[in-house]
Amino acid sequence: MRDDMKPLNEEHLRECVAEAVAGGAPLEVAGQGTKRGFGRPAAADRRLELSALSGIRLYEPEELVMSAGAGTPLDEIEAALAAKRQMLAFEPPHLGRIYGHAQAGGTIGGVFACNLAGPRRFRAGAARDHLLGFRGVSGRAEIFKSGGRVVKNVTGYDLSKLVCGSFGTLAALSEVTFKVLPAPEKTWTVLVFGLGATEAAAAMAEAAGAPHEVTGLCHLPAAIAMESTVDYVAGAGTSVTAIRVEGPGPSVEHRAGALKAMFAGRGGVEELHGHRSGEFWTEIRDVQPLLGRDRALWRVSLPATDGGAWLDRAMAETGGDGYLDWAGGLVWLAVAPGDDAHAAAVRQGLNGGHATLMRAPDGVRRRVPVFEPEATPVAALSRRIKEGFDPKGVLNPGRMVEGV
Amino acid sequence: MQMPEPDRAALGQRSELVARFREFLPSDSVVVDEAALRAFECDGLTAYRQPPMIAVLPETTAEVSRMLKLCKAAGVKVVPRGAGTSLSGGALPLADGVLLGLAKLNRVLEIDYPNRAAVVQPGVTNLAISQAVEGEGFYYAPDPSSQIACSIGGNVAENSGGVHCLKYGLTTNNILGLEVVLMDGEVIRLGGRHLDQPGYDLIGVLTGSEGLLGVVTEVTVRILRRPEVARGLLVGFDSVEAGGACVADIIGAGIIPAGMEMMDRPAIHAAEAFCHPGYPLDAEALLIIELDGPAVEVDHLTEIVRGLCEKRGAVSLRVSASETERLNFWAGRKAAFPAVGRISPDYYCMDGTIPRARLPHVLARMAEMSGKYGLRVANVFHAGDGNLHPLILYDANEPGELERAEDFGADILRLCVEVGGVLTGEHGVGVEKRDLMGTMFTEVDLNQQQRLKCAFDPDGLLNPGKVFPTLHRCAELGRMHIHGGRMPFPDLPRF
Ligand SMILES: Cc1cc2nc3c(=O)[nH]c(=O)nc-3n(C[C@H](O)[C@H](O)[C@H](O)COP(=O)(O)OP(=O)(O)OC[C@H]3O[C@@H](n4cnc5c(N)ncnc54)[C@H](O)[C@@H]3O)c2cc1C
Ligand SMILES: Cc1cc2nc3c(=O)[nH]c(=O)nc-3n(C[C@H](O)[C@H](O)[C@H](O)COP(=O)(O)OP(=O)(O)OC[C@H]3O[C@@H](n4cnc5c(N)ncnc54)[C@H](O)[C@@H]3O)c2cc1C
Repeated sequence: MRDDMKPLNEEHLRECVAEAVAGGAPLEVAGQGTKRGFGRPAAADRRLELSALSGIRLYEPEELVMSAGAGTPLDEIEAALAAKRQMLAFEPPHLGRIYGHAQAGGTIGGVFACNLAGPRRFRAGAARDHLLGFRGVSGRAEIFKSGGRVVKNVTGYDLSKLVCGSFGTLAALSEVTFKVLPAPEKTWTVLVFGLGATEAAAAMAEAAGAPHEVTGLCHLPAAIAMESTVDYVAGAGTSVTAIRVEGPGPSVEHRAGALKAMFAGRGGVEELHGHRSGEFWTEIRDVQPLLGRDRALWRVSLPATDGGAWLDRAMAETGGDGYLDWAGGLVWLAVAPGDDAHAAAVRQGLNGGHATLMRAPDGVRRRVPVFEPEATPVAALSRRIKEGFDPKGVLNPGRMVEGV
Repeated sequence: MQMPEPDRAALGQRSELVARFREFLPSDSVVVDEAALRAFECDGLTAYRQPPMIAVLPETTAEVSRMLKLCKAAGVKVVPRGAGTSLSGGALPLADGVLLGLAKLNRVLEIDYPNRAAVVQPGVTNLAISQAVEGEGFYYAPDPSSQIACSIGGNVAENSGGVHCLKYGLTTNNILGLEVVLMDGEVIRLGGRHLDQPGYDLIGVLTGSEGLLGVVTEVTVRILRRPEVARGLLVGFDSVEAGGACVADIIGAGIIPAGMEMMDRPAIHAAEAFCHPGYPLDAEALLIIELDGPAVEVDHLTEIVRGLCEKRGAVSLRVSASETERLNFWAGRKAAFPAVGRISPDYYCMDGTIPRARLPHVLARMAEMSGKYGLRVANVFHAGDGNLHPLILYDANEPGELERAEDFGADILRLCVEVGGVLTGEHGVGVEKRDLMGTMFTEVDLNQQQRLKCAFDPDGLLNPGKVFPTLHRCAELGRMHIHGGRMPFPDLPRF
């Protein structure tokens, strides 16, 4: 292992990449490294750490826009936004803890590179829907930019979408500019007790299709609910389906009331107020109910109405534990790692969806495709895109797909 | 504006191609008649016209695929076209190219209410999607003013927006899946009824790619439940500055209205004369604010917004008391373009976005330019997100006026970039703004975008001549170094 590199500014970053290109020595691109366990292990023997490219460079609350160095800690961004009663509406999960990191949030560049989004995803979009522009260094050691700082922009190709979820394989980001939104004045959660997973998926579809503008819909089987730190959830003694409403005070109270009435006949109904709601959704967002480090963790995206039945089947076949988020469209499933983390059973019945192996020992992540394999023509296209940005394969080789 | 010299080799293949197309398409779907071809000679940017070599109107994905494969093999260019309402010349045909019309792929294939998704073919109009689901209380959020005519395929290609984008996002935020045919005829499916794709976000880059990367043959869109109540506020101010400051106050108070649109004095007067929505004629700026959501919320926010407007010195303020009145508030705004068309023989619609706070500065500079060019401007804009649509009034019959209007427009767009904004907020680059791309991007930035194009379409056959000022060749871009923008092969035709 050669020395890691920690560039201090964008030009320095470009030089680091140029050196890697010249020496044919690929780089593992990292922010704070909190999510090194996410994706395949990169086939690189030097680490390029971007944490020094840090600091908020522009924040105009009335314009709903912020720019920051890609290495800025997510915590710092969220604190600055909270001071102005604003937020990242896509609710990025602080995933570090599932990989055993104390600094769970990582950097803002990492959030976009992994396209992370929390419970509000089904309504407010993913990280990619909020990135307005970026600057970065390609695998050609060229500084380039795309997008801008305004919300409405169709000037040229939307490369901001492309770098989101590219896991540092197309460019090392130096600066990101993103959209921010007002934080809701009030957050309440309606809890419905005792539904089975299939029933819960149907109930969540109903709530999402009602005009009550719900912004969170998740379902915890009894065993998972018991692990919650929120009293009303842990004490339920049965499964919990949670429905979040946010906004101005009178509106939230009215909508929570309407939702309680809607589900009153179908099981016990409770409500969580501001503080408890906050804690509960943070737990869901950060996958805390499945924190135990010994098990492999899958994140499965599928049509929302399939989620409940899929979870029941997958739990029965793998002996795992899991819960539903995104109105049923996202399943978190923890299973024994074994040789292949039950990949075949997990990748069944996804109806067009996809499964990502979020956490498993390195060996398992080398053997099992971490990301759902792409259809052949799409994979070929992705490979040509990678070559266009990084022809020598110096940025995070193998992180997404073996050999690319 | 210059288009490339037609390629003689391509023209020479015309009759051969027509024969091959007719092997699998009915003869009325392969248009060769000169008069019939003229129907496609321009899109909404009517200043540029060029009939295509051939027009083809397939009805299935398989036909699109077969047709592209033939063109690829023949090295013939293809220009996709939806409804032809693009305002940037994105669907402008090429003399040596085939026009691929997608209007016949016009069926709503499936509506899935529990998953809040609809699967439609690209030729379905934007409004028809909302109409297909309105019975169940749903709608499709992005609502370009052209929604009655424009196709969802064109919306995807242009990443179109409308007055509801402030709160509900653009096309790109409302697309779940695509079926796309690549230039080599390969059919790929991306996304579906689930969220987020593994791998690179190809749906994300295809959206807004102006028909240069692939042909969209099926779209899965997100549909939303109609809000319980929508209410409009019509607020007059005695200066554009006050109106702009009020917009900032509302957002600063944590309120994101469903829409927030502004018109200046000339636009107010033109709209009032055209359809009499009852706009205040003494105001310098008119703000239309729409709040939507649960009734209690709309009631609550209406009072807060009313207070903020009064504090900024609103000279008039009306709150809609009925759905008819709300629609009436919008009627003038939505008819602003034709309304201006009545007070001037011609107008040229620009489309730049700026950071909202720079609005007073930009309007003052535009007034100066108006004096310099001797042409009037009317302004309607999406005030919530800083997307401006200055309408430059001119008379094409007066020698030199068209050119002056174009120069004026280019100056406005340069100004947008100078203050931190962008060249186009929703109409696209097309042929119209491609020569201005260099004001926003460096050569390195543009080359990187071109490399994306090369990954999809290495021979550059799909809609060439649009978006990018120079036609780099994929082979030369493959090299590691391109110095200072100097072009190899200077004798090859460029745009
Ligand atoms: C008769 C009665 C019945 C009650 N029933 C319930 C019930 O069914 N369910 C229930 O949960 N509580 C219940 N409570 C408790 C009461 O609602 C709590 O005080 C609750 O925190 C207030 O919620 P709120 O939404 O009105 O206030 P909020 O304004 O949302 O919050 C109250 C306080 O918590 C802080 N806060 C809010 N969110 C967060 C966060 N995410 N992190 C840190 N601080 C935060 C706020 O700053 C504020 O200081 C009940 C109380 C009474 C008197
Ligand atoms: C009066 C008026 C008002 C307008 N208002 C708005 C507005 O409010 N907001 C806004 O965003 N736009 C607006 N527009 C612009 C225009 O309507 C949009 O850009 C629209 O999305 C174009 O759709 P279309 O089907 O007409 O596409 P076309 O004009 O036919 O084509 C536009 C581009 O898309 C490509 N294309 C079309 N279909 C496909 C396909 N299936 N696959 C791949 N590429 C394809 C074409 O090659 C071309 O580059 C307005 C236009 C008019 C005339």
